[in-house]
Amino acid sequence: MATAVPSAPAPNPPARLTLRERLPSIGTLGPFVALLLACAFFATRHERFLTGENFALVLQQVMVVGVIAIGQTLVILTAGIDLSCGMVMALGGVVMARLATSMGIPAPAAIAAGIGVTTLFGAVNGLLVTRIRLPPFIVTLGTLNIAFAATQLYSDAQTITEVPPVMVALGNTFPVAGTRVVYGVVLMLVLYLLAAVILRQTAAGRHVYAVGNNPEATRLLGIDTSRVLLAVYTLAGALYGVAALLSVARTGVGDPNAGQTENLDAITAVVLGGTSLFGGRGLLLGSLVGALIVGVFRNGLTLMGVSSVYQVLVTGVLVILAVATDQLSRREGR
Amino acid sequence: MDTSPERSEATPDARARATAGGERPAVLQARGLVKRYGQVTALNGTDFDLHAGEILAVIGDNGAGKSTLIKALSGALIPDEGEIRLDGRVVHFRSPMDARRAGIETVYQDLAVAPAMSIAENLYLGRELRRAGVLGRVFRLLDHRRMREGAEQHLRELQIGVRSMTQAVETLSGGQRQGVAVARSAAFARHVVIMDEPTAALGVKEGGMVLALIRRVRDRGLPVVLISHNMPHVFEVADRIHVARLGRRVAVLDPREVSMSDAVAVMTGAVEVEGARR
Repeated sequence: MATAVPSAPAPNPPARLTLRERLPSIGTLGPFVALLLACAFFATRHERFLTGENFALVLQQVMVVGVIAIGQTLVILTAGIDLSCGMVMALGGVVMARLATSMGIPAPAAIAAGIGVTTLFGAVNGLLVTRIRLPPFIVTLGTLNIAFAATQLYSDAQTITEVPPVMVALGNTFPVAGTRVVYGVVLMLVLYLLAAVILRQTAAGRHVYAVGNNPEATRLLGIDTSRVLLAVYTLAGALYGVAALLSVARTGVGDPNAGQTENLDAITAVVLGGTSLFGGRGLLLGSLVGALIVGVFRNGLTLMGVSSVYQVLVTGVLVILAVATDQLSRREGR
Repeated sequence: MDTSPERSEATPDARARATAGGERPAVLQARGLVKRYGQVTALNGTDFDLHAGEILAVIGDNGAGKSTLIKALSGALIPDEGEIRLDGRVVHFRSPMDARRAGIETVYQDLAVAPAMSIAENLYLGRELRRAGVLGRVFRLLDHRRMREGAEQHLRELQIGVRSMTQAVETLSGGQRQGVAVARSAAFARHVVIMDEPTAALGVKEGGMVLALIRRVRDRGLPVVLISHNMPHVFEVADRIHVARLGRRVAVLDPREVSMSDAVAVMTGAVEVEGARR
């Protein structure tokens, strides 16, 4: 029976794994090493880099991208991609800000409505991918533009100011060992832990990996792959809504032009974090590290007085390096 | 699927038919299966009999209807006409899941495993074990340890030598990967294991290893349906050979009595065999 516990010892006990096989692969450790190296490098370049205050700033700058990257990781693990993430987040932010200001709706309801809109966009992505079987790249390229247009139309391309205090509460700080840390950072870390546990410790989480690994085999094993995909895209949409709230909290406004750098930064973070664009492999916490790598480079280069154009250039080089590593390690694994 | 109480009157009948020729009871049977795709008739009233404790090879040229037959038996498609009986009871599979619930497991050619996932995860994919108590029931947390131990036991029973159940399947050889897929089927099948070209992608040595594995599955009491193009493999392990041609079963051969070239001749229609038909 499937659940029986082995009673007799194995006649020929299988050999244990060698130390080298037990060590996590380069794909898993690489991002952590890269982050440490980047930190070490910038620490030698600028004395202010290695301060608690500066790290708190990096975390605060990373929290929006970080939360988007959770959703993006889920999607990429299924061998999909969500190009609409940043634009959907911008729409969510504008919706919640506008509802709370000019419409006079209570802030909690406005926040819920904003997250509802982004969740809906996620569900639409998921439905188009599963029901009509369109490639995720094309679907989300479409919803990217739709979300962008909707954001501009709904906000009249105007920044929405004077949002109620409840909506920016996550932008408030609390002291940790003398450094002011933003509440939103805590929310981001909690979401990462929660999502990591779900991915690793529940059947639903393992099915996300299985769909990315081998959708046909997964379907034949009786797992409803369409349901897994739909859930992933919808959940990603909901996470973009949370990111929208963090964005509003961080900037204090509903910005129709938000999300434009976050859009690709989130994908960059996931790829830098070691998640394969081919699906089925990667660690969620890697995406947090990936987001931190992008954040540390931005922060460090800014401290060094390097122009922002070069920061974009460095990000581009990092992404190509990360994808190349992924490709090469896959080839070796075959 | 249909679990109607047809069993009581069907079983003695089926047993009688099967034992009349001094044979073992039929486990999986099909009568008059028809499947049409527009103008094309893939199955033209085919019959099928799998007996307890045997390896039944299904051979046939391309387009003979063998994969359609297997799909009908494993629930991957619904036949237009005819009936399928499992242990003498009429069943109606609407999906592969129905067939699995009824105790029929299928090993698919190349699509069997999730390469980046561990052996234990692959074995329990879609049938994960949860922890006992609140952690499992409410928080739905998985019991990785129990799955690891279970996987270890199943692989040991079939003498598949791998070192660790936490190894990713992609680190295994082709034969070992197929071994994982076979072990999964054998672990969960209650009645029948169907294997679709399990040795097609493998080298000589690995193919031999999988053949030995198929025998072990049978010797543990599960009848096996083996679909294969590889005549030497078929003749090496099969107890009986079902020959499909033009959507029908044209012969059931005994590999101890006929030669490989005879089997090919029957398969291609070069020889008509009335005598071999059962």
